[in-house]
Amino acid sequence: MGNLKLGFVIWNLKFVILTSMFSILQSMWLVFLHMFHKRETIQYPEEKVKLPARWRGRIVLTRDPDMGERCVGCYLCAAACPVDCISLQATEDENGRRYPEFFRINFSRCIFCGYCEEACPTYAIQLIPDFEMGEYNRQNLVYEKEDLLINGEGKYPGYNYYKVAGMAIGGKDKGQAENEEPPLDIKSLEP
Amino acid sequence: MATLYIDNQPHEVHSGNNLLEVCLSLGIDLPYFCWHPSLGSVGACRQCAIKVYKDENDKKGKLIMSCMEPVTNNQRISITDIEAKEFREQVIGWLMTNHPHDCAVCDEGGSCHLQDMTVMAGHTYRQFRYKKRTYKNQNLGPFINHEMNRCIQCYKCVRFYKDYAGGKDLDAFASKNKVYFGRHEDGVLESEFSGNLAEVCPTGVFTDKTLKQHYTRKWDLTMAPSICQHCSLGCNIIAGERYGSLRMISNRYNGDVNGYFICDRGRFGYEFVNAPDRIREPMLNNKVIGKTEVLEEIKRLLKEAKVIGIGSPRASLQSNFALKALVGKNNFYHGVSENEHDMADLAIKILKEGPVRTPTLSEVEKSDAVFILGEDLTNTAPMLALAVRQAVRVQPMKDVAKANIPDWNDAASREFIQDKLGPMFSATIHATKLDDIATQTYYASPDELARLGFAVAHILDNTVPDVSNLSPELNKLAEQIANSLLNAERPVIISGLSSATETVMRAAANVAWALHKKNKNTGLVLTMVECNSLGLAMMGGGRLDGAFNAILHNHADTVIVMENDLYRHGSSATVDKFLKMCKQVIVLDHSNHATIKKAHVVIPAGTFAESDGTLVNNEGRAQRFFQVYESTEVIQESWRWLLNMGVNAGNERMNKWKNFEDITRAISEEEEMLKGVETITPPANFRIAGQRIPREPHRYSGRTAMNAGINVSEPKPPEDPDSSLSYTMEGYRGQAPASLIPFFWSPGWNSVQSVNKYQEEVGGHLRGGDPGLRLLEADPNSSANYFTSVPEVFHPLEDHIWMVWTYHIFGSDNLSARSSSIAQRIPKPYVMVSPKDAEQYKLQDGQVLSFTIEKQSYSLPIKINSTLPHGVAALPYGFEGMPATELPCWGIVKPVANK
Amino acid sequence: MTEPINPWFIIGGVLAGLLTVAPGLIWFERRLLALWQDRYGPNRAGPFGVLVVLADTIKLFFKEDWIPPFADKAVFVIAPAIVAITVLMSFVIVPFAPGVIVVDLNIGILFFLAMSSMGAYSIILGGWASNNKYALLGAMRGAAQLISYEVFMGLSLMGVVLLSGSFSLQDIVNSQKGMWYVVPQFIGFVTFLIAGIAETHRLPFDIPEAESELIAGFHSEYSSMKFGLFFVGEYLGITLISALVVCLFFGGWLGPDFLPPLVWFILKTFVFIGLFILLRASMPRPRYDQLMEFGWKIILPITLLNLVVTAVILLVQSGAVMNIKF
Repeated sequence: MGNLKLGFVIWNLKFVILTSMFSILQSMWLVFLHMFHKRETIQYPEEKVKLPARWRGRIVLTRDPDMGERCVGCYLCAAACPVDCISLQATEDENGRRYPEFFRINFSRCIFCGYCEEACPTYAIQLIPDFEMGEYNRQNLVYEKEDLLINGEGKYPGYNYYKVAGMAIGGKDKGQAENEEPPLDIKSLEP
Repeated sequence: MATLYIDNQPHEVHSGNNLLEVCLSLGIDLPYFCWHPSLGSVGACRQCAIKVYKDENDKKGKLIMSCMEPVTNNQRISITDIEAKEFREQVIGWLMTNHPHDCAVCDEGGSCHLQDMTVMAGHTYRQFRYKKRTYKNQNLGPFINHEMNRCIQCYKCVRFYKDYAGGKDLDAFASKNKVYFGRHEDGVLESEFSGNLAEVCPTGVFTDKTLKQHYTRKWDLTMAPSICQHCSLGCNIIAGERYGSLRMISNRYNGDVNGYFICDRGRFGYEFVNAPDRIREPMLNNKVIGKTEVLEEIKRLLKEAKVIGIGSPRASLQSNFALKALVGKNNFYHGVSENEHDMADLAIKILKEGPVRTPTLSEVEKSDAVFILGEDLTNTAPMLALAVRQAVRVQPMKDVAKANIPDWNDAASREFIQDKLGPMFSATIHATKLDDIATQTYYASPDELARLGFAVAHILDNTVPDVSNLSPELNKLAEQIANSLLNAERPVIISGLSSATETVMRAAANVAWALHKKNKNTGLVLTMVECNSLGLAMMGGGRLDGAFNAILHNHADTVIVMENDLYRHGSSATVDKFLKMCKQVIVLDHSNHATIKKAHVVIPAGTFAESDGTLVNNEGRAQRFFQVYESTEVIQESWRWLLNMGVNAGNERMNKWKNFEDITRAISEEEEMLKGVETITPPANFRIAGQRIPREPHRYSGRTAMNAGINVSEPKPPEDPDSSLSYTMEGYRGQAPASLIPFFWSPGWNSVQSVNKYQEEVGGHLRGGDPGLRLLEADPNSSANYFTSVPEVFHPLEDHIWMVWTYHIFGSDNLSARSSSIAQRIPKPYVMVSPKDAEQYKLQDGQVLSFTIEKQSYSLPIKINSTLPHGVAALPYGFEGMPATELPCWGIVKPVANK
Repeated sequence: MTEPINPWFIIGGVLAGLLTVAPGLIWFERRLLALWQDRYGPNRAGPFGVLVVLADTIKLFFKEDWIPPFADKAVFVIAPAIVAITVLMSFVIVPFAPGVIVVDLNIGILFFLAMSSMGAYSIILGGWASNNKYALLGAMRGAAQLISYEVFMGLSLMGVVLLSGSFSLQDIVNSQKGMWYVVPQFIGFVTFLIAGIAETHRLPFDIPEAESELIAGFHSEYSSMKFGLFFVGEYLGITLISALVVCLFFGGWLGPDFLPPLVWFILKTFVFIGLFILLRASMPRPRYDQLMEFGWKIILPITLLNLVVTAVILLVQSGAVMNIKF
């Protein structure tokens, strides 16, 4: 019996060695065959990459359909930013419309996570499919508002935050926003 | 004590309180809107619904509003019950039906009680499909912004403004779904406490308009615990900075001092810190020089000169002490006028040697009889006026308690009281804003006020000298006051420095001491002029005249003036002469003033926001304020400049002091009356779990970008050698000790309401005790040595008027007056005269009266005040162009020129 | 035999050749790996990216040559030198072509084995001197691995030695004129190849440096040219093992006459270098205990068996068996 068992173990071992060796050789062969496969690399500077629309690249500030600045300086993007690379100062024009006095993104810190876009309640800040922003001088990676602001609506056309907000701004008084009643006359005697 | 079962868990709680208060005190999150610890419950918002059960077997229970239900023993309630939860969610859903889509542009966002409660109650989606109601806003003046669309009709604003603070011009208008909170028309909110609306309002209807000028979210502020610098009460505040400028002041709860509220001077007076004419660079003969050069220059000056130092009642103990150490004990002078100096000394004498204790602000609120002698509290110590407003409700509230109505049940108790008020007697020079709650008022010249005081004291205790020639009406009034005070459980006498007449304060002390023989609960409050008047007086030092004489008699030739405008404390002729005689004038200050223009060396000192220091308020409470931020490398605390100078000059004693702590310890060791000031905050090496306490909330943003415009490489954040606070967001996340709380925040509670989580019991003391150390405690067993010199009757003189000060909450304080919002509320300089005098000089309101005081002539438009006694005229204290001579004194009226 | 070449020329030539080949292999390996992974690899600097070698070298030379303050400085400096020296010394006995050999030692193979054992010191000392836990772990693994595989590396060669009757590589190559030893000594070839890979601690046997577990193991703390020396040592090791495989089992420089012997040798060597790289491209790293088990429990018995069987066959062939008297 003992002999039989030992024999079985040896047979088994042989089997294991053979099959595993075969699998190793097989995988080496398969890897070797890749020599004749097409290369996947895109030869970047000569050949351009086609990026999807939702690619998280360079950050821009967009405008609403009336070409007013969409950013209202609510600081949510700055708060959402995990590397704290956005800083801004909100201010107001004479009609009560808010906009950023300055808006700075330090792209040398940005990790392009897109949280700022997610946090933005006005669709102002958007990440666009452009990553070609390398610089030799790190200081040049600090973008100010004039570097960020574009003359367009970006990915979300048609949205105008002030049309849904309750604040009165120039050109839109109380009660003129979407889904709003005209302002109440509190001195009226009607019930 | 009672046992309360919350979701089947037993808790030991105080019986008599309402369930909401109890749940919050236990640390349970329960949403609410209309309730406020100081305002009580009205059950208006229906947000704090919970289930209450009859007994253990009751599985169904019934929904109640927790804020309207007192705790009873063995009561069983449920907060997590599904029905209660759904009810709360629906309630907030309704409240939100008309709430605009504004959070992004709303100043409240990020510290909004409505946001917090919406999340807490679980409402996520607006299901109401119809249109939103809108309102027109009002312009409410320079302090408060109005955005009525955001209102959820909790009524807390009018309950605070009208019922609590006695305001008259904010109310609820219209009815049902149209209810509107505002004024009857656009205009400035009159109340001195209107700024609290921004904190009381659970959402963004009322917001801080000055913050809007440089808007910053709460989470982006670098904040530190601070002390208000604009009057002597020492309210606790939180100062917040962003991008190198001070952005906002908010209330810092202190159960003993200011509680939940601060006045508008304190809240909006901060902008002097950001003023464009701030002193930001050292200057030598009007030329900007560097820090090392200026120190070298001073080293040279100090070597060859005989130096005296003039301290300041608005500078910290540390700064004054450092100056004293630098120039020597005998060369240190208080930078206050003769009268102020003497009265501060008198105040210390009264408070320390007399038997009567000075109560805290919260104790004043609980007093049931008030006698104000010579103080226009609303303008000299606004929060004290607010406390008095609460005190007059104490007596009627006793009847409320008898009727078994809990004191927190605001609507019921107010209904019960109607317009009954407790005894409050106001004896002032002219009408004040507190007169509407006064039982009796009396307007007279300061000496006459003192006579009333002496008369009251004589009635209370006949060992006090009697007042001769007292009119029968006055005698009757005195008797009425004496009786009311005698019948009270906790009477309080309030007086102070503002009448600038020592006899008034003496009379007040006599009343308090006489009353003390009958009632040991008597309190005496004396207000001071500046935030550290009392601290400076406790430190000892010469009078300002002494400083002038030292120079005039060539005992010294160089003067160091610290945080003081001498022109506010001495007549301009004297100060001019003095400054001219000095070989060198070295001025340390942060804001520009007349003395600086005459200085040879100007050194930029830090404001309270850029400094660490300790102040002593009018009750003798030493409180520490912390540096909020480092603005530039040059600006530093006065005491640090003085230490640098001392070390340069080889001052052995100062050489040993390296930081705030060393100098504070030295104060405690060397100044008898200031013993223990180093114990009011934990030491600088205090750490929790090895960490400092962060000045910035954990959501602080933009730190890798804010300076990137200048240099993309981020600088190392400054380290604080003086306290255990850190300048960054890194550090201990839990609750700091009470004296080190840089801001109130708790998970799920981003608004100021998070202060609930920091209190031992809602509305009570902060955990670990309210910060501050009372340095003056009266000995109740000491005998009162009554003041005996009773002033004579005041007789008006021909062509003379007795000039006294009148105070303005906005304008009388020099620092806050530099704030642009406050500046809009400051009246033009004027002279207040009585109708009789106006008639005598044939003047109409607004016409110019010319008069001379100590040979200096003045021409000011008159304001006729019918309550001002004949022969007395009042000048607004601290205004530009006001005589710096000591009032009260006689002014000679020039004959009318145009006649 | 032709005129013997001046040995100084050979030494110079071998040194120059090897020191060019070693960094060149960096480029070669990266290109090959890329090829098998459907990429290009370095293709920007110079034709086909060969100048990446230059760039790498310059980079290595210009990096800060940092010695950690906590390291044992002397040992830390010596360690990388050891690996380079021992591997270069091993090349002394390799015949590149008839006569092109530095010294034809009659104990050639033994010399190689001795040198490769010495190489283990480099890892142990480097890891120890770094005074870093990962480095030390790597060093301990390296020591255990090298000593284990050393055992049957020697044994696996004995078959060839038996067949040729000499330790001199030149003799061994010459004796393969009829048939490459890979045929009779196939098992010897396989085991030697495995042991060789393990000796050079190349993938899949790069346990001592296993970056995912040990952060580069024994050379964690090394930078600049000291790191470079370890690197050069590794590539020289690959070349050495390939050259030895060629000499021992694939007839060394032997080949049809249309190419000169040196070229045959180089070609064959590069095939095996390619095999090394293919292994790296296709094999995962075994667990440390599996590696030891594989060595002691499987390879060692097989080599012993191979040795015994070869010896018996030789004995039978030589007729000596007949003479044994029972």
